[in-house]
Amino acid sequence: MRLLHRRVLLSKCQFARLRPTTLDCDRKCNSGDRGRLAISPNLYYRDGHGTPEDVAAKVRAAGGVPDDQAVGDVAGAMQHLRALPYINGKVGVFGTCSGGRHAFLVACRVKGSDAAVDCWGGRAVMAQEELTPRQPVAPIEYTQDLSCPLLGLFGEEDRNPTPEQVTQHEQELKKHGKIYEFHRYPGAGHGFFYYDRRDYRQAQAVDGWQKVFAFLEEYLS
Amino acid sequence: MCTMIVKQVEIEGSSKGTSGWFGLRQANVSYDHPFHAPLEHALNIDFVNEAQGPGARVAVELSVESARALVKTILAVLERAEVGGYLDVFALPGQTCSD
Repeated sequence: MRLLHRRVLLSKCQFARLRPTTLDCDRKCNSGDRGRLAISPNLYYRDGHGTPEDVAAKVRAAGGVPDDQAVGDVAGAMQHLRALPYINGKVGVFGTCSGGRHAFLVACRVKGSDAAVDCWGGRAVMAQEELTPRQPVAPIEYTQDLSCPLLGLFGEEDRNPTPEQVTQHEQELKKHGKIYEFHRYPGAGHGFFYYDRRDYRQAQAVDGWQKVFAFLEEYLS
Repeated sequence: MCTMIVKQVEIEGSSKGTSGWFGLRQANVSYDHPFHAPLEHALNIDFVNEAQGPGARVAVELSVESARALVKTILAVLERAEVGGYLDVFALPGQTCSD
């Protein structure tokens, strides 16, 4: 049996996690051939039983998962991965949409991540009026605490995050001397990996996945 | 979840879900990623009764144009019913009839 030697955590937009493309993310990341093991912690398990759509709608109505709770749950999943006997001890965190935002938050607030992949995570930059008790701090404020290399993939036509917000985030990463790669894709908006959605962009998605795997190969090997 | 633009309103009525009719207590209105509609964002309305669990939900996901047209249509129908003297107005707890 081939030993899996790298680890990737997945965290995704609560609606993206319901989509076939999310299962595809799981399959791509959870690849024995590539030497990876991935888990997707259920960030909504506290919110009742029902179909994923119904539970996600309930979470949405409540204002989303509290950031502290999401970070804690992913940290717990990370501990679980580290306890497994057949890996090399390196763990990355990957997320799309609000999961990308979570990935960045975890990489900043939980020590021990070896790589983070933020795919079009919106609301990393937040105006004061957007802050809520559940999301009380804009993730960009944690940039100085980022403890691992960061890969960011963004569509130039996205409105959340906007290109200006991506640039603002990048400037903050530069300011603090962080290791990062940001790639901006022309002709792509939000969620351009989601092949079952209108906004899927084949060429950009193929290139994006290549960049994800190259990044994980570099930092989780 | 991406925009976090959501509001809740107490409502009274009934919805028919996958398990039959249930009494409504709340509508959750958001502008965010839809699950099914082929749009990046949609005006989403969840008619729910949280006391009966997450499954007590009837969902609609509308384009912006459709949502605006629906609002106008609802108001127009209510106005016509009011002019005709048909309106039955009941206040929910915490509301007044003028709300």
